Amino acid sequence: MKIIILGAGQVGTSVAENLVNEANDITIVDLDSGHLEDVQNRLDLRTVVGNGAFPDVLLNAGAEDADMILAVTNSDETNMAACQIAYTLFHTPTKIARIRAAEYLSHPEIFAQEAIPIDVIISPEQIVTDYVQRLIEYPSALQVLDFAGGLVQLVAVKAYHGGPLVGHELRALRDHLPGIDTRVAAIYRKNRAILPEGDTIIEVDDEVFFIAARKHIRAVMSELRKLDKPVKRVMLAGGGNIGRRLAKSLETKNYLTKLIDHNPMRAKSVAEDLNKTIVLYGDAADEELLMKEGIEETDAFCALTNDDEANILSSMLAKRLGARKVMTLINRGAYVDLVQAGGQIDIAISPQQATIGSLLAHVRRGDVVAVHALRRGAAEAIEAVAHGDANTSKVVGHAVQDIRLPKGTTIGAIVRDGEVIIAHHDTVIQANDHVILFVVDKKCIPDVERLFQVAYTFF
Amino acid sequence: MQYIVIQRVTGLLLIIFSTTLLPPILVSQIYDDGASKSFLIAYGITLVTGLVLWLPVSRVRREVRLRDGFIIVTLFWTLLALVGALPFAIAEMPHMPFTDSFFESMSGLTTTGATVLTGIDDLPQSIRFYRQQLQWLGGMGIVVLAVAVMPMLGVGGMQLYRAETPGPMKDNKLTPRITETAKALWYIYLGLTASCAFAYWVAGMSLFDAVGHSFSTIAIGGFSTHDQSIGYFNNIAIEIVGIVFMLLAGINFALHFLSWRSRSAKPYFVDTEVKVYMGIVVLISITSILVLHFENTYDTWQQAIHHGVFQAVSVATTTGFTTTGFHLWPLFLPALLIVSSFVGGCAGSTAGGMKVIRALLLYKQGKREILRLIHPDALFPIKVGGKPMSDRVISAVWGFFALYVFCFSCLSLLMIASGNDMVTAFSAVAACLNNLGPGLGEVAGDYGGLNVASKWILCVAMLLGRLELFTLLVILSPSFWRT
Repeated sequence: MKIIILGAGQVGTSVAENLVNEANDITIVDLDSGHLEDVQNRLDLRTVVGNGAFPDVLLNAGAEDADMILAVTNSDETNMAACQIAYTLFHTPTKIARIRAAEYLSHPEIFAQEAIPIDVIISPEQIVTDYVQRLIEYPSALQVLDFAGGLVQLVAVKAYHGGPLVGHELRALRDHLPGIDTRVAAIYRKNRAILPEGDTIIEVDDEVFFIAARKHIRAVMSELRKLDKPVKRVMLAGGGNIGRRLAKSLETKNYLTKLIDHNPMRAKSVAEDLNKTIVLYGDAADEELLMKEGIEETDAFCALTNDDEANILSSMLAKRLGARKVMTLINRGAYVDLVQAGGQIDIAISPQQATIGSLLAHVRRGDVVAVHALRRGAAEAIEAVAHGDANTSKVVGHAVQDIRLPKGTTIGAIVRDGEVIIAHHDTVIQANDHVILFVVDKKCIPDVERLFQVAYTFF
Repeated sequence: MQYIVIQRVTGLLLIIFSTTLLPPILVSQIYDDGASKSFLIAYGITLVTGLVLWLPVSRVRREVRLRDGFIIVTLFWTLLALVGALPFAIAEMPHMPFTDSFFESMSGLTTTGATVLTGIDDLPQSIRFYRQQLQWLGGMGIVVLAVAVMPMLGVGGMQLYRAETPGPMKDNKLTPRITETAKALWYIYLGLTASCAFAYWVAGMSLFDAVGHSFSTIAIGGFSTHDQSIGYFNNIAIEIVGIVFMLLAGINFALHFLSWRSRSAKPYFVDTEVKVYMGIVVLISITSILVLHFENTYDTWQQAIHHGVFQAVSVATTTGFTTTGFHLWPLFLPALLIVSSFVGGCAGSTAGGMKVIRALLLYKQGKREILRLIHPDALFPIKVGGKPMSDRVISAVWGFFALYVFCFSCLSLLMIASGNDMVTAFSAVAACLNNLGPGLGEVAGDYGGLNVASKWILCVAMLLGRLELFTLLVILSPSFWRT
């Protein structure tokens, strides 16, 4: 696939990094040649210096035969103009743009084909905000991912002493939870994937990925560990895009929210923007401030600034001072492992990992609706739509056990007309089913894609 | 200071005002009450004075400057109160001394509604009509003043608040040109008055009473053509009409304009000030009803409800109509009602008092100080309707409040010094400063029993309240006259 990425910022580079590995031709455009040089040294792609909205620059970047344009510059207006120009001059088939301003987003008709033709709007800050919010809603989970518009969720949980299922075979789950259907998609033990079978025994410290309907998530989780009390008091460090959005959304859901920011201007503007949240001006790593604001009674502390080191330090401090659950936004991959191995921070959130999935969905062949990168991109959870019939498709009309899945891939659940069906050996897939798969090894993804492509006779 | 400009505007004002003495003459002719002579004399004096002031400088074309604005606004009320007093003083019936005439005229123009007259029912129709008309003119002056002129002078916290609020309510100047704004407000004022008069008439008043009372209702004045005020009619339908129109007149006229232009009631439901205003009125009504009922003031629930609600609305909006002597009510009710008049109606309405928006900002500021003690590092911006207020606005409101308290205390002390008892002194100053009308004690019914000095003190109180302190105090400050 030929892809043009406009903007070599955080989002642009991490997308490029992910896509380069998948045999795509990538051209990245940015105003800053220093940035580009840096990217080119690391990755196998082409770079063009210039304003991504200029027709000449787009032409130079190969817009004439590009399959996709991905406009993720800092400016909403540049992104919109670039998509419009790419469509008008080069008829680029897929146009994805990052739009942040709520003023634009609240009028979706702007982005119609005959107005400003943008096929997909992504808002990385919103994705990360939702991601953190789901973790606050399920304080026991390491990761919570939505499929089929939130009907089905994939949840990662660490098994602890005290979970009724710990030390038992997986098939006991059905006796423990009659009437609740779930499927364990993968188990990671000491960072190595184990393919779950009926007789697999769950051990303490296993990282268990299971799929279930949204309403059953809590019950399943309680099998694997003692459930944490629901979160009530939340403290956020950093009033940037993510912190502000998260606070806004949390305060409408009746969480008691506090937000700390060390920039007086920003703290003021956040305070004016939010209604119930208590906005504190100060340093999130200031022990005295945290104590004064009752850190020991805080259920969740989220460090959401741009600065990895500040996030890690303030989180560690918060944990030491008694915050129950600590989550940290970390951009650098190396830090994520470092921090989680230490165990002082409960959850390290990589914004790139959280957002990349929404882009990957459009790069995948076959009708892929959602992609979530897991475990630093090594594994992937995919929601794909099955098309065709028993003759043209390798999945439709087949029972799950008959589908030739690549090794390490499991079908977790199927959503048929808004109804959640947990996949069993004998479940037969029908046309237009949304199939949710868990792929332990990313190398298998082309095989999975091929499964969901329809043979040519279909057309 | 451009005295020539001031002289020209003043002269013009008097000439215009003189024409308002013509309708009472007409009324006098219709009812043949024999009072037309006094109006004719007053008309002549006013017109000639106006012409004398205006003619020599009529060709001067100079811009009115900010400083001149303060003087003109103050003169508007003092001078008009002076010439407005002429008919009272000249007429054979009631032949009032100068102080009383001025008091009555000032009370009318500032839409206070405090009267020195008794036996109003027996006065000539034209005089009764003239009193109502004074209030109506005063009310109109206030609306134009509050919505169109005061913001230009930059007076008071409310104007700042408007100017700095983004969104639909920002339309302080509702139309790009001030004359258009004044015209639009004048239409709304006229429309409200006409519908009020019609409603009163349908509810059972005579045409004379209906027009007269609609004047003082929409102006939030409180003058009546009867000694017993609205209680004279003893008619629930009339009271309901009164309640509705008093409430409407207590709402910012800019909102009426917005709602009229957008043909929807939405602006009322969005505006924070209106919500708080309605909340206060409802709260006071309920309190009154409950106290009246459980103290067995009235025989039935129904009576408690209709007197309770009417008095609460009448006093909280600073109108001052009465259906019953609320000064005789049990427990704390008389005091509660007087206190509620300090809050008054919405900014930009004809109501008096400190205005709801200021009370709201004071409350929020107080709450913020408490929160600051709990969270010393937190930032608590003060927001109204979701929009943050600048500290400049808050401090202006605090300044206003401090001056209000100061003026109230000084005037009350002066009242006591001039020989009134405490209840009379405090309630009379409150009733006049808030442009309410009826007070407690000696001034529960009328102000006729007060001595001359007290009446002059109260005239100052009425003017201060009407001009929202600053406009008058600016002129009294020495720095205004320097340079």
